[in-house]
Amino acid sequence: MATEAIYPHRDPMLKKRDDFEDMLEERRNSSDLRYALRCYTPVLYKGLAPCKASMLKSMVLQSDQLHHVIGQVSRETGRAADDVQEEASAILEEMAHCLQLSTVRFFAFTLSKVFKTLFRSICVNEEGIQRQAIQEHPVVLLPSHRSYMDFLLMSYILYTYDIALPVIAAGMDFMGMKFVGEMLRMSGAFFIRRSFGGDKLYWSVFSEYVKTMLKNGFAPVEFFLEGTRSRTSKSLTPKLGLLNIVMDPYLKGEVYDINVVPVSISYERILEEALYAREMLGVPKPKESTSGLFKARKVLSEDYGSIHVYFGQPVSVRSLAQGRVNRCQFNLVPRHIPRRPSEEIQSFVNDSAYRLVRAQEENMVLKPWVLLASLLLQNHHQDQTAGQKRGMVLEELTAQAVWLRDMFREYGAFLHWPDHVPPSEVVSSSLSLHRGLVRVCEGRVQLAVEQGGQVKPGEPHSTVTPEEELLSQAVIVLSCASYRNQGLHVFLRPALLASAINAASSNLKQEVFNSFSFLRNMFSNEFILCPGATVQDFEEACYLLVKTGALQVTQQELLVTERGQRTVAFLTSMLDPFLQGYQVVCRFLCEEATENLTEKQFVPAVRKFIIKHLLAGRLRYTEVLSSDLQKNSLAALLRLGAVQKIKAAEQGTLKVNKVMVNSLEDTLGGRLPTQKAVGARL
Amino acid sequence: MASNSSGGGSSDRQRIAQQRLRIIAGHLQGPVDGDSAILAAECKAQGSKTDVCREGKTVPRRRQEIMKWNGWGYSDSKFLFNKKGQAEFTGKRYRLSGMIIPGLKDWMEGTFGANLQHKTPATPLLTSSAVQPATLNKAFLEELKSTGIPFSHDAEDRVFRAHGHCLHEIFALREGKFGRVPDMVVWPNCHNDVVKIVELACKHNVCVIPYGGGTSVSSALECPPEETRSIVSLDTSQMNRILWIDEKNLTAHVEAGIVGQDLERLLNESGYCTGHEPDSMEFSSLGGWVATRASGMKKNIYGNIEDLVIHIRMVTPRGVIEKSCQGPRMSTGPDIHHFIMGSEGTLGVVTEVTMKIRPMPEYQKYGSVVFPNFEQGVACLREVAKQRCAPASIRLMDNEQFKFGHALKPQVSSIFTSFLDGLKTFYITKFKGFDPNRLCVATLLFEGDREKVLQHEKQVYDIAAKFGGLAAGEDNGQRGYMLTFVIAYLRDLGMDYYVIGESFETSVPWDRVLDICRNVKARIIQECKDKGVQFPPLSTCRVTQTYDTGACVYFYFAFNYRGLSDPVHVYEQVEHAAREEILANGGSLSHHHGVGKLRKEWMRDTVSNVGVGMLKSVKDYVDPDNIFGNRNLL
Repeated sequence: MATEAIYPHRDPMLKKRDDFEDMLEERRNSSDLRYALRCYTPVLYKGLAPCKASMLKSMVLQSDQLHHVIGQVSRETGRAADDVQEEASAILEEMAHCLQLSTVRFFAFTLSKVFKTLFRSICVNEEGIQRQAIQEHPVVLLPSHRSYMDFLLMSYILYTYDIALPVIAAGMDFMGMKFVGEMLRMSGAFFIRRSFGGDKLYWSVFSEYVKTMLKNGFAPVEFFLEGTRSRTSKSLTPKLGLLNIVMDPYLKGEVYDINVVPVSISYERILEEALYAREMLGVPKPKESTSGLFKARKVLSEDYGSIHVYFGQPVSVRSLAQGRVNRCQFNLVPRHIPRRPSEEIQSFVNDSAYRLVRAQEENMVLKPWVLLASLLLQNHHQDQTAGQKRGMVLEELTAQAVWLRDMFREYGAFLHWPDHVPPSEVVSSSLSLHRGLVRVCEGRVQLAVEQGGQVKPGEPHSTVTPEEELLSQAVIVLSCASYRNQGLHVFLRPALLASAINAASSNLKQEVFNSFSFLRNMFSNEFILCPGATVQDFEEACYLLVKTGALQVTQQELLVTERGQRTVAFLTSMLDPFLQGYQVVCRFLCEEATENLTEKQFVPAVRKFIIKHLLAGRLRYTEVLSSDLQKNSLAALLRLGAVQKIKAAEQGTLKVNKVMVNSLEDTLGGRLPTQKAVGARL
Repeated sequence: MASNSSGGGSSDRQRIAQQRLRIIAGHLQGPVDGDSAILAAECKAQGSKTDVCREGKTVPRRRQEIMKWNGWGYSDSKFLFNKKGQAEFTGKRYRLSGMIIPGLKDWMEGTFGANLQHKTPATPLLTSSAVQPATLNKAFLEELKSTGIPFSHDAEDRVFRAHGHCLHEIFALREGKFGRVPDMVVWPNCHNDVVKIVELACKHNVCVIPYGGGTSVSSALECPPEETRSIVSLDTSQMNRILWIDEKNLTAHVEAGIVGQDLERLLNESGYCTGHEPDSMEFSSLGGWVATRASGMKKNIYGNIEDLVIHIRMVTPRGVIEKSCQGPRMSTGPDIHHFIMGSEGTLGVVTEVTMKIRPMPEYQKYGSVVFPNFEQGVACLREVAKQRCAPASIRLMDNEQFKFGHALKPQVSSIFTSFLDGLKTFYITKFKGFDPNRLCVATLLFEGDREKVLQHEKQVYDIAAKFGGLAAGEDNGQRGYMLTFVIAYLRDLGMDYYVIGESFETSVPWDRVLDICRNVKARIIQECKDKGVQFPPLSTCRVTQTYDTGACVYFYFAFNYRGLSDPVHVYEQVEHAAREEILANGGSLSHHHGVGKLRKEWMRDTVSNVGVGMLKSVKDYVDPDNIFGNRNLL
């Protein structure tokens, strides 16, 4: 019952979305300096006087929770309480933000300059911003995370609209950049270590710090649910730590309610585009450093199109928890004593996190390029097999894009396709923005992967090995895939259904459902699929396919209609790289995994294996080289118990249950029927 | 500020008694007759005897002679808007009686959006024909007649005993609607009468519902609609004598039907008091206090009912239960008194109680403290509790309630007083910088011998000062306590003008007090909005009792229901949500109102499955045929 309330059957078409306003327009027409120095007087929560950073710190250090933990740590370690207190104070010092309006003004000025060069427009739904500005309850901002830009952009927007600036949870790695780190701190960032698993004291200081800011409503708290930037443009499985912390004050009755605002930031062109692709292909991510940032200056000379920022409907934590959490569980232990959240709360927070990420996904604005990237990628792979003339004829691409556009719209996607412009112009302007990824020659459009590599004159041919050539192609393919991924959530469920129909041995509803359920389960580390919502997802998929006339559902059977063939084919091939990828990983584990394969060795080893297969032509999807996919598939196999982590002295090794992995591979490949036990019965 | 309002200090008993009487009369002003000597008469349940007029006793058999049938309290006392549109309180019984309350109209209009043009008058007369005819058990009736115990199946008598004072009960009465009502009323005159009645009820399988003062706010007196047997309301109001006073041990043995004000008055005449003063003490009875685990406002000195009771006699279908001695404490297994206290009439009828008594205090003094905000006020109360120096009573009103109290100020007689008031307001808001929309007031009542009271007062004011509190005079304090007694009358006024409301209470650990107050008030406001209430509701609270580990919190909630088709249902939904919020914030199901039928659904969560099983097994043993079938609690 409860799950139904949480995942109501959506018909996003019915939802009216707010209009956008271009923030940069005004910046282009008036003085940036005056803008940066203008009077900034946001409405504060319950008319509260702004809190000095030092006062905040002393509130945290004097809190009951911290006192308790300091006492506990001191008893356990035998250190003097003062000593521990000092450590806590140092942790807080390292962590705390010190928001200064002058720094914000500095950023307001420089960012105006930067944004104007980089972007054509920054479009924001003002209504949504104003919605969250009515601070009846403490506010938590949850932006999606695709770029380093995200949090500066958020603060920039809020400053522009004269709204209370958030404090932002940032990863410690920024602190590596000395000067920039401090600048960010002064613009409202606070820094947390990436991992502090067993450190009670650290956790306590951290959670108390966040809760104190939130409870008192000193500032909206902002953090990234996905934990890190998504390199693939797919939403990442949400991290629960901070969400647990910000929900805690509500669950313990310390505030009446908390409003959580999912914010979707979509970039027409991501600044880190190629960087991400390289990273996933094994070129390690450069350590954040100030000098590195300046090198990145050359990006300034390019056109990155527009940004759309959508502030979603605030979600009340109280209404999320209604009927889900019995808050009486906190009645019998003093609330300041930290305890592990109960199973009930863990599952509640987990479900809420998924729901919020889905809200981010749904409000993500999709550009025409997302459609083009999808089509071009599919075409790219088909070409490889068929060996026809490469690329797509521009007119055909346009026609297919229009077909896809209509399908997207019917599925409720938030598509930003300028309707007053002829489709051919929309397509060509998109292509020109992404000219690094696509090439138009002789009226045919293809991905910018050159056969034989792009050899600069004067360089001998022999220096480029086939492997290097493959990797350089893969950079382009992965970059393209990341744009396709932006739209994946729109037809993920129908695509799972289409693949299930393909894989199932008959059209019987139950059988298709079993197959669907298997795939969904398999891919739940790859995509945002709310836990326990298999039946809802299945129904949603059926609903969408039936609505678009691609499917007929009878009492017993699911039948693909004549005109549905094209849709189903498109959907299936959308998911195919993932299916293939998972199979390859399984094959690797069966064929090549040794006894002492460690987790660390896994990605390089599987990469090597995949490269071998790609070069041998046994595998057509270059995108399988993505370490993201490889890690996700391993996580899935671990979750399903097909692989086990064995704790060894230094690091865990992987123990493969070959029989099980093998059968999973066969099931994925459609060579084995899905077992009924895999999913819930319909 | 330490002026002596009530004089005294002499040890002359008579004088103390007189002074004490004046104090009580300050908020009660019940009829004070000289000849109400303590009766130690033997119970003779003869018709002729029981008809003798009981001078000095407040409650007659026919309650309708002095009380409203469809509202709170005495028929002669009520709020109304006079021809000039000014609020006025009628009658002579209370301090406020006969006075004009100029601020009330504006407050009602401002707070609720109420309008004097929009009236919702109550059905003026009780129409007997609307009452279900009585289902009488002939055999029971015959045998009862032979005992000579007075009884009645007059419709008015029956309707009077079919309800407590929950909003839905009074609302229905005002509309002239009656549900299931008792089929007859019996008035036992003493313990033995009750024994006879219960024996007959068991013999003839008749349902008995004990009735004391009728002030329940938990639907405890509602007759279960599914009850098919004849329902007898056993009205204890005529069992109202103090049977003896033991000055050596400081105890008094009292019949359980006596109402609070009579008990205090009669004891005062001998120089004693129990000190048990629940807000309903004008009408609620000793037996009712025991059956619901009542609490009095001066519990800090005298204790709650469970601390005051030494001995209880209760008639059950299995026979009479009582202890064999009056030792001040016993280790004899679980205390059987605790099966009785809080049993809410499901096990039997409490007939006689031995209570602790105390010599009357020599000196009494009111006081009040203004705090800049509620948080500071709660912190101060917490500190007072920590130092265990709480006065006889200490209560903290929130800002809304402070304003409400202000609105109830009677017209001041002299320009000088109003000038002084203005000066005080100026001092607090302008000079001290208190925000009039945030400040709150604690009211205090000190009791004891004069010197100690003054010392105690200083101690408390010193603590208050640490939390930014300013002494705000005796008047404000006294008015705060007076409010307690008239607030129930005010609800009737509200109901004349589309405003319905009620209060409910809880107890909660100290660390939760602020959170529960904020969250429950906010929940009420939100629920009203969600349920379509057209006007912002009044949602306010006060901390009324302090304990070592927590406090008792009272919530008041009222709204203007114009535009709603089923206001009572909306009201109940909101109250239900508010109770859920209380429980989710670590509050108890009830501090002293009891469970009744209104809060039954949460009983299992409150005391666990095993707990319910334990209570149930006691019920099954004591009353296997469910003779005491009011279906409260379980």
